[in-house]
Amino acid sequence: MRFSGAIAAALLAAGVVGAAEIPQAERRSGYDFMKPDTKAMQDEDTANPGMLWVLDGEALWKRKAGGADKACADCHDDARTSMKGVAARYPAFDKTTGRPLDLEQRINSCRTNQQQATPLPFESRELLALTAFIARQSQGAPIETGADPQLAPFIAKGRELYMQRQGQLNLACANCHDDNWDKKLAGAAITQAHPTGYPLYRLEWQSLGSLQRRLRACISGIRAQAYDHGAPELVELELYLMSRARRMVMEAPGVRP
Amino acid sequence: MQQPTNSSRRKFLGLAGGAAALGALPVVIIRPAEATPAMLAAAIQNVTGGAAVRTGKVKLEIPPLVENGNTVPMTVTVAHPMAPEDHVRSIHVFNEKNPQPNIANFHLGPHNGRAQVSTRIRLADSQKIVAIAKLSDGSFWSASVDVVVTLAACTEEVI
Amino acid sequence: MASALINVPAKAKRGDIIEIKTLMSHIMETGYRHTASGEIVPRNIITSFTCRFNGNEIFRTDLFPAISANPFITFFTTATESGKFEFEWIGDRGFSETASASISVE
Ligand code: HEC
Ligand code: HEC
Repeated sequence: MRFSGAIAAALLAAGVVGAAEIPQAERRSGYDFMKPDTKAMQDEDTANPGMLWVLDGEALWKRKAGGADKACADCHDDARTSMKGVAARYPAFDKTTGRPLDLEQRINSCRTNQQQATPLPFESRELLALTAFIARQSQGAPIETGADPQLAPFIAKGRELYMQRQGQLNLACANCHDDNWDKKLAGAAITQAHPTGYPLYRLEWQSLGSLQRRLRACISGIRAQAYDHGAPELVELELYLMSRARRMVMEAPGVRP
Repeated sequence: MQQPTNSSRRKFLGLAGGAAALGALPVVIIRPAEATPAMLAAAIQNVTGGAAVRTGKVKLEIPPLVENGNTVPMTVTVAHPMAPEDHVRSIHVFNEKNPQPNIANFHLGPHNGRAQVSTRIRLADSQKIVAIAKLSDGSFWSASVDVVVTLAACTEEVI
Repeated sequence: MASALINVPAKAKRGDIIEIKTLMSHIMETGYRHTASGEIVPRNIITSFTCRFNGNEIFRTDLFPAISANPFITFFTTATESGKFEFEWIGDRGFSETASASISVE
């Protein structure tokens, strides 16, 4: 996705700098902005291509891997119980590193530490599948990310990034997603950027993708250098967005245009 | 997805009062069908063997506004009995501008009970979509729509 | 890894017309795209989808590159007797996947 310089000019001209955050009662998922056909694609399991990754994830969950020759299921049993609500509180604080980890990183930490296997690359089919399978166990659950007080400084950093103008277009995420969420851009609804559906199937990608992939696309969109997958800045942004969406309902695997 | 090469660059939708935006975000609008170019005609000829194709019986549904040309829901329904002695044999869907004129062929029979199929198709550019049904009596029926895929915003500025 | 999702009602009354929905994971590479260096990305699509009921073909589709990634196909059939639907997807590079679903008809 690319945006033209004229947006920046218009936003500056309109003087929309650091406007108010969205009140609780007005928060809306990206789902609400979609056309009925796209909603229908998300609503029904057999129509939702994201479910194909969920199925793959379920198979991987049971597959033994690594030097430990253990499957996720060997330690976590039935994901329907053990992973229920887990995705709804990620990114979460990790004691070992003293930093927040997103769900993908958490899965990879089990890959390396528990299974003694190599970490799965970001956006690989396997990592997306496992993430989708785990996130699916939180479908319908309210987002709880950010409750842990140890996360506070990281949420603050993520918020700073979100509010900060950047890139050639000199735009902040907030300029679009807080100040102009009810407008359209290139025919697409801007939306409030609530990460309720990730990992999700984007028609544009013709594939499932992670929240980091979506954020990187928005960052390139404002012509800023996108952080690498797994960069602390991206995790902090994810963390801020998830905590900003607290009590909204998890939809993964979502579908978006 | 690929950028449509020759699509008309339409006026963009404003953001915050007159802003421009860009990105490969096609908007699809349906308007009544126009003439049939040669490739499409040849592909149809392949199916009909030159038999007359009548307009009617076939309903071709594509949402008036789709959010992304990569995945456009499409439903074809043929209003015709599905009895052993009189039924729909097949439904053929074509497009005009993709390198290849065929989209799909659906082979049916009386056991289907209802001649209705759905799938999702790619529409990277404005073009005509034609659906033709072949009946057990050898007759052909069709419906067509012109689908306009626009880049909804300016794409002048590309890095 | 290739997964399929099938939606067939578990039960139906004899004579009911039921809808069957199928979703198959596949990239459906058109063969018309180019890489940054100008080479054509070779075609890799599903070319055929078939549904059989108790061994008899009841529905078949020929697919072309204009079908979206992760092909979604729905159709109808009349419930006549209890039995098994078998689904088969065949495509380029030896792609071949099957799935099945049972129905009980009263
Ligand atoms: C050898 C046992 C073992 C294996 C194998 C294993 N894990 Fe874990 N996993 C753990 C332990 C121990 C924890 C930490 C539990 C805690 O913090 O209370 C954990 C935590 C997790 C968490 C975080 C749960 C939470 O509540 O925050 C996730 C997600 C997870 N594992 C996913 C996986 C996945 C996916 C796999 C397979 C790729 C896997 N695990 C394989 C032992 C294992
Ligand atoms: C110029 C306006 C603009 C800016 C600035 C912008 N975005 Fe976006 N963003 C959009 C549009 C438009 C969409 C939805 C349309 C699409 O999918 O392309 C979107 C989609 C998103 C989504 C997906 C929401 C969903 O429902 O899945 C997230 C998350 C997001 N943006 C986060 C960000 C973050 C974080 C930043 C700052 C780094 C940012 N955006 C900057 C315009 C913008």
